[in-house]
Amino acid sequence: MTVAILRFPGTNCEFDTQYAFEKIGHTTQLIWHEDELLPEGIDLVVVPGGFSYGDYLRSGSIARFAPIMKAVTTYANNGGQVLGICNGFQILTEAGLLPGALKRNNNLHFISKHQNLCVINNDNAFLNLCENGEVLNIPIAHADGNYYIDDEGFKEIEANGQILLRYSDENGSPVVVNGSVTSIAGVCNKTKNVFGLMPHPERALEAILGSEDGLRMLKGFDA
Amino acid sequence: MTATVNVFLKNGVLDPQGKAAHHALDSLGFDGVNDVRIGKQIIMDVDANDKSEAEAKVTEMCETLLANTVIEDYNIEIN
Repeated sequence: MTVAILRFPGTNCEFDTQYAFEKIGHTTQLIWHEDELLPEGIDLVVVPGGFSYGDYLRSGSIARFAPIMKAVTTYANNGGQVLGICNGFQILTEAGLLPGALKRNNNLHFISKHQNLCVINNDNAFLNLCENGEVLNIPIAHADGNYYIDDEGFKEIEANGQILLRYSDENGSPVVVNGSVTSIAGVCNKTKNVFGLMPHPERALEAILGSEDGLRMLKGFDA
Repeated sequence: MTATVNVFLKNGVLDPQGKAAHHALDSLGFDGVNDVRIGKQIIMDVDANDKSEAEAKVTEMCETLLANTVIEDYNIEIN
C-alpha cells in the first residue's frame, strides 16, 4: 500500500505518521500543501496532526483552502480513502468532507494524556480489525477536540453507523473528556471512505511506550 | 469601506470561553450578569462601490472562510 501524508506549515505529526505506516510495511510519500496533484497509485491520504497555520481563525480553517486540498476533495469524492488525525480531523470537517465541527474543549485546557476509546462501529476500512465494544488505549493531545453536531446531523450519523469511536472508561462506558456530543472521538462520512479522529493512533505503536493499539487501527486499511 | 464582522457561536452551542468568563465575573462579585458570550471581531478595509456591494462581498467571505456556519453565526456592519 502507498500512503500519501500531507504537510502544511505547522503540521508536526507527519514523521510519526510516516514511521507508523512504514512500520506496518507500507510505502509513504510526504506531500507539500502547495502541490496541486496527489501522486498516481496511492491507496490512502493521511492528513496528520499539528497546528496548521498556527490554528489561526479556527483550527483547520486556512489549511482546508491549501492547493492540495482540491485534489484531496476530488480523490475523496471518487471513493479514495482519507484519514484525518487530530488537526487533520479538524481540516476535514472544515473542508466539509466530514460532518460536524470541532470546538474548544469544554474545560478550555489543552488535554494531553492516554485515553481509553470504545469502538462503536467496525464496519469500515479503518476499524475492521477491532471489535465493536472493544476498548483501545490511544493518546490524545488537543485543545479543540470538542465535537459538535446538531441534533438532526447526530441522528443521521448515528443511523448510518458513522460514529466510529467514543471516549470511554476501561469498561467501554462513555466518559466526558472534552465536551464532545455523546463523547464522540471519531466519525466517518456517509460513504465510509473518509475518516477523522482526535486521538493519535500513530503514537500507540509499541507496548513499551504504553500501548500498541494504534497498530491495529492503521493496519485496518490494508486488511 | 470598513466592514466589521462579528462571529459568535450559535445559540444553543455551548461557549466554553463565555462560560469561564461568566464564572470569573461571578467570583469577582459582579452581580446581575445573566449571560456571557465570547466571539471574535474581524475588521476589513474593502473596495466596493456602495454598501450593498460591500455587504454581498463580505457575506461571501463569511460563508466561505470567516465563519464556520456549522457552529457559528455572524453579523456584518459596513461603514
